[in-house]
Amino acid sequence: MNSNVAPMRTFGDFFHFFIQELKPRGPWITPFNVISIPVILTGVVILVYRFIYGLGSVTNLTQDTPWGLWMGFDVVTGVALAGGAYVITFVVYVIKVEKYHSIVRATVLNGFLAYCFYGGALLIDLGRPWNAPNPYIGNSFGFSSVLFLICWHFLLYMVAEFLEFSPVIAEWLHLEKARKFLKSLTLVTVVLGITLSMLHQSGLGALFLMAQPKIHPLWWSSFIPILFFVSSIYAGLAMIIVEGTISHSVFRKLIAPNSHHSFDEIIFGLGKGAAIVMFVYYFFKALLFIHDKQWEMINDVWGYWYLLEVIGFVLVPALMFAFGFKHRSLNIIKTAAVMALLGIVLNRLNVSVIAFNWYADVHYYPSWQEIVVTLMVIFSELWVFRWFVTRMPVLNSKH
Amino acid sequence: MDRRGFLKTSLVVGGTALSCNKARAQEQHDPDEFVGILVDTTRCIGCRACEVACSEVHDNYVPDVVNDGALETRRKTSDKQWTVVNKYKTDKGDVFVKTQCMHCYQAACATACPTEAMKQMQGGPVVWRGNKCIGCRFCMVSCPFEMPKFEYGEWNPKLQKCTMCFERLEQGQKPACVEACPTDTLMFGSRLKNLEVARHRIYSHPDNYVHHIYGENEVGGTGYIYLSAVPFEQIGFRTDLGTRPYPEYTKEFLYAVPMILFGVPAFLLGLNTLTGNNKPPIEGEFDSEFEVTKHE
Repeated sequence: MNSNVAPMRTFGDFFHFFIQELKPRGPWITPFNVISIPVILTGVVILVYRFIYGLGSVTNLTQDTPWGLWMGFDVVTGVALAGGAYVITFVVYVIKVEKYHSIVRATVLNGFLAYCFYGGALLIDLGRPWNAPNPYIGNSFGFSSVLFLICWHFLLYMVAEFLEFSPVIAEWLHLEKARKFLKSLTLVTVVLGITLSMLHQSGLGALFLMAQPKIHPLWWSSFIPILFFVSSIYAGLAMIIVEGTISHSVFRKLIAPNSHHSFDEIIFGLGKGAAIVMFVYYFFKALLFIHDKQWEMINDVWGYWYLLEVIGFVLVPALMFAFGFKHRSLNIIKTAAVMALLGIVLNRLNVSVIAFNWYADVHYYPSWQEIVVTLMVIFSELWVFRWFVTRMPVLNSKH
Repeated sequence: MDRRGFLKTSLVVGGTALSCNKARAQEQHDPDEFVGILVDTTRCIGCRACEVACSEVHDNYVPDVVNDGALETRRKTSDKQWTVVNKYKTDKGDVFVKTQCMHCYQAACATACPTEAMKQMQGGPVVWRGNKCIGCRFCMVSCPFEMPKFEYGEWNPKLQKCTMCFERLEQGQKPACVEACPTDTLMFGSRLKNLEVARHRIYSHPDNYVHHIYGENEVGGTGYIYLSAVPFEQIGFRTDLGTRPYPEYTKEFLYAVPMILFGVPAFLLGLNTLTGNNKPPIEGEFDSEFEVTKHE
């Protein structure tokens, strides 16, 4: 961005430029660095230990709870929170609502990095990660497996997201011709990306269909795929509100002054969208609750926990979004977005970890190592995100 | 969108769809070929010879049957032991029950596996193949009997469970546990024949058995089937698993995949064409075109 580099002609030029860009900029001692660096280093040590002594040496996973925090939060929740990219590209490129154009780049970058890091988290959790290429290279395709579908969709979606973002990289490298070509691919990759998202967002729910006897009936339903898909829409919208708000204060200098004002308008629009989707989701939840005649289950700890999730973190934030939009209160919308995100975390963890094997005598809880590695994944993603944002025209675009 | 764009989309979408539209439920087998083991719990004396034989054949942990007093606690199979016998105190005295992988007719674990590492072999035994497995443990999540066990303490973990001695069956031998059983509790043979024997025993001694064969219909039918003198829930069986084969839980979703892969792009491109100017928005135009709505 600020680098006044002439167009690169040789590979040597590119290499020199790239090394320059890799060097850290800005002060080292910031609150974020002070917290994240020790966490990332500890996480690396834990991972080395995990790959020598096995998953059991650092996690609390058992034969009854084969999937814990790494699968339940990093993968199942993380992907839901990255849903913003497909929602926003739908709005901007498919139905062409120009109002949201300014947040496309940051959202797509976020989506791409989220998939890289949460897909990476899946590798950490695999017992035999060196066999991970098997589903791709044809060492037996498990066509009947939902996870096989998800493996392929993760990969294809990452390619699609990368292509959607690639014009920005071309712009950064001053490659005007490449930028135009990559830009011409955008609609195709957007359409592909939305389709793949629909399938793997719902596919993450379909992972739990065969676990029917193990998941508490308040959370298991044959409609889990649809619930996961619908909730990923508002999860994405809420994430854009929260992430955008943070970006706009942290990277204030990088953003053109007039777009601060327009960002408020964008938040109102997103809040309204989130309110509508959340009401639909709440309606689905209520419908399933009534259809499956689940009211006998509501009067115990699991019932209260369910109500907390569905009322406290779906209905309440939905009402807050609607109220905040009507009364033009940014603060209410931002609070609602945080609550909606917590609701998504709660829902995904409930299905995948908390209400899984709910009848077991000894219940799973994550070890401190699992939590540190989870934080490591999040912090590393933020480091890479910061690198992209401070070097490439992500938050402001001159083209 | 122009024709070139359309072709590009169709190619990409079609390629993806082709790779996925083979999604299907497990293949159907000829029931005559399907083998299994009948466990008559009324005959079991709890000697645990099956545990020892199993572990010796498969190089697992061999329990000290005489001294370890393991029948006094409730055990599950583990990554060290593929089969265990438990003792249940019931109205009709102590009942001993051998547990191991049930070898489902349509196995959830094999359906769940993204690399066919868990695979149902010819004749019905479900076995694990290490060169395919990525260690995702989706088989453990999906198995209604929680039978695949993972080696959490290994850098190169395996999934451990009963294979119905598939390698011995191929050589024309019987499973090790069946050969070791001194009381004919275990009977190996074609599943249909086992069912007939089981029914015959119930009909000839109606007072000695509950009139139910566990595994005949549970989860769509299993290779191991059980007879009991007391209701099955009293001897550690889950009776709430239903008779629906587990692969059917994900079948509809997988069938919908190719339809969505073709249908949604068509819908999106149609929507894109119908919404106003047919020219994709150019990055950055919002700077000049964007209307800042003033409020307050």
